[in-house]
Amino acid sequence: MASSKRLTGRQKIGWAVTTVLVLLYALFPVAAIFANSFKTQADLGNPTFWPANWTLTHYEMIFVGSAQELFLTSLRNSIGITLIATFIAVVLATLCAYAIARLNFPGKRIILGAALAVSIFPVISVVTPLFNLWRTIGLYDTWLGLIIPYLSLTLPISIWTLSAFFRQIPWDLEQAAQVDGATQWQAFRKAIIPLAAPGVFTTAILAFFIAWNDFVYGISLTSTESARPVPAALAFFQGASQFEEPTGAISAAAIVVTIPVVILVLLFQRRIVSGLTQGAVKG
Amino acid sequence: MASITMKNIVKEYDDGFPAVNDISIDIEDGEFVILVGPSGCGKSTLLRMIVGLEDITSGDMLIDGQRVNDKPPRERNLAMVFQNYALYPHLTVYENIAFPMRLAKGKFSESDVEEKVQKAAGMLELTEHLDRKPANLSGGQRQRVAMGRAIVREANAFLFDEPLSNLDAKLRGQMRAEISQLQRNLNTTSVYVTHDQTEAMTLGDRVAVLKKGLLQQIASPRELYEQPANLFVAGFIGAPSMNFLPGTVERSSTGSMCLNTPLGEIELPEHIAAAGQGKDIVLAGIRPEFFAEASTVDEHKRGRGSVVTAELTHVEWLGNEQYGYISYENDPRVVDTLQSLAQDMDSDDLRTQLVVALDAMSRVRGGDSTDLWVDTRRIHLFDPATGENLTRDAEAGAELTRLAAEDRKREREMSAAKAQK
Repeated sequence: MASSKRLTGRQKIGWAVTTVLVLLYALFPVAAIFANSFKTQADLGNPTFWPANWTLTHYEMIFVGSAQELFLTSLRNSIGITLIATFIAVVLATLCAYAIARLNFPGKRIILGAALAVSIFPVISVVTPLFNLWRTIGLYDTWLGLIIPYLSLTLPISIWTLSAFFRQIPWDLEQAAQVDGATQWQAFRKAIIPLAAPGVFTTAILAFFIAWNDFVYGISLTSTESARPVPAALAFFQGASQFEEPTGAISAAAIVVTIPVVILVLLFQRRIVSGLTQGAVKG
Repeated sequence: MASITMKNIVKEYDDGFPAVNDISIDIEDGEFVILVGPSGCGKSTLLRMIVGLEDITSGDMLIDGQRVNDKPPRERNLAMVFQNYALYPHLTVYENIAFPMRLAKGKFSESDVEEKVQKAAGMLELTEHLDRKPANLSGGQRQRVAMGRAIVREANAFLFDEPLSNLDAKLRGQMRAEISQLQRNLNTTSVYVTHDQTEAMTLGDRVAVLKKGLLQQIASPRELYEQPANLFVAGFIGAPSMNFLPGTVERSSTGSMCLNTPLGEIELPEHIAAAGQGKDIVLAGIRPEFFAEASTVDEHKRGRGSVVTAELTHVEWLGNEQYGYISYENDPRVVDTLQSLAQDMDSDDLRTQLVVALDAMSRVRGGDSTDLWVDTRRIHLFDPATGENLTRDAEAGAELTRLAAEDRKREREMSAAKAQK
């Protein structure tokens, strides 16, 4: 079996080439946007990859310049809406997944099945009816009007990941807590939640990404700056004149909104602490 | 401190399978009772019904005379040690032990908690590990933390669910002694589940043997050993287990009663022979140590037994003792009984091999033919059809259990006197 474990020279080269190709494919657009965000307006049309002269004008424009209002309010909207949606999704999904993993009740499979069905439902098909409904009941162009559809995106995946996570936690811990004098709620809060924390955190990050990256709901269910998130706001950037494309500003804004995602990914990798449950049971 | 009374306890699962079937046990205050049996006998289920983690289908569970069937675990004030310890991995050893006290809000002040945890840690030699997390402890230390968590509670009773099964053999022996001493010192009612008959014999004031959800016998270890109620108990208690030799009770040519077995004729005392008389076939239960090499038996003792000659297939020398093995042709009429017995006891071998204990100094080897003396007074005869022990002396058995209870009482008084000093 040694051959299957240790790669031969040829296999190593094969893997290296594949990895480089995948990395190029995935990172080239990001790198191009990064490079564009530092080009001068005149330079943007040139078919060179790196800017001829590095400039921060586009960043100035979106943070302190003419696009400031548009970008900063939408950034505030994005952060607020996404964090609230993530928080609600994680709290609800934690309780729901706990019930699914621990309790026996009729309709358990239906809940999981429905969650899966909702998550594969194409967003675009829901958006038009939702647009009409939201306008009628006054949720159009509000934070809540985006938080609710974001929950429909984030809840299913949160429920699935968390219920898988809860199933791994030894049930004995909870029973031990109950014997030690805890109510069911205390056992959940004091014995299960601390153990589930890495799973909850992982789920929160996934939910955050999904809501953060949404474009369709963001562009369709908002009309003003009162609720418009960044991905939608990028489409409303204006060039210096009507004949100028705001490519540089859009690139700079795109880079700025990518930064939190990158930071979260780095944190997220560290938080996968597989060793946390070790020692709970026989080892 | 409390007594636990089980009255006709039944646990039936949704599919109608009775995991525990009509079990009644009275556990006195301060008593150490073992529930023992092969896997699937319902012993753990019964324990979990006592603590309240499993619903009771019918019957009454009383703790100190109060019916607790419908009370949640936290209201029963029992402490339990789980098979996998169930320590809280995110808490230090100190907080793990303090956990039950933290839950009882307002009942314990910070200094109470400190004092109790330190006392328990001292008792269990955990003082220097209090700041560590369970993941960094050895198996035996984790086991002790779990016990610490149980003893700080001042619970009505301790419940143990196979607490030693995850430890290696050496540590198991050590922890067994510690649990025994701890229980003697604290004098708290304890129920202990195990499948290991050594643990059952060494720890228990009384041992309840279960098979397939039915209580087979509850008695002191000595009574179980000397006066088993049936074939299952006889086979389960004792290591190596009892030999079951098929035979018929007949009057021999010399006029005395004897048992005709594949090994030859074994003379039987009158009262034992009388019990087996008239049966087509019986199983003679002979423990390995009932045998001895005839040459090593004193003249005056020899008369109280019978001698057979047999060829040993092989011997095993273990230092302090030696076992010889003898093959014999089994009687087809008892094969079914012995096979189902082996299944009930989780072993798959059909035993047509007799184990005899020999003197450790003996130099007999496999292939040797040797004269074996059998202590016939201690032989039991079993009915292969029902498994019932035909020669059980209930009175002698009860006396053994009464003596054990007396010893226990004396021991308790002694430890109480010691504690007062």
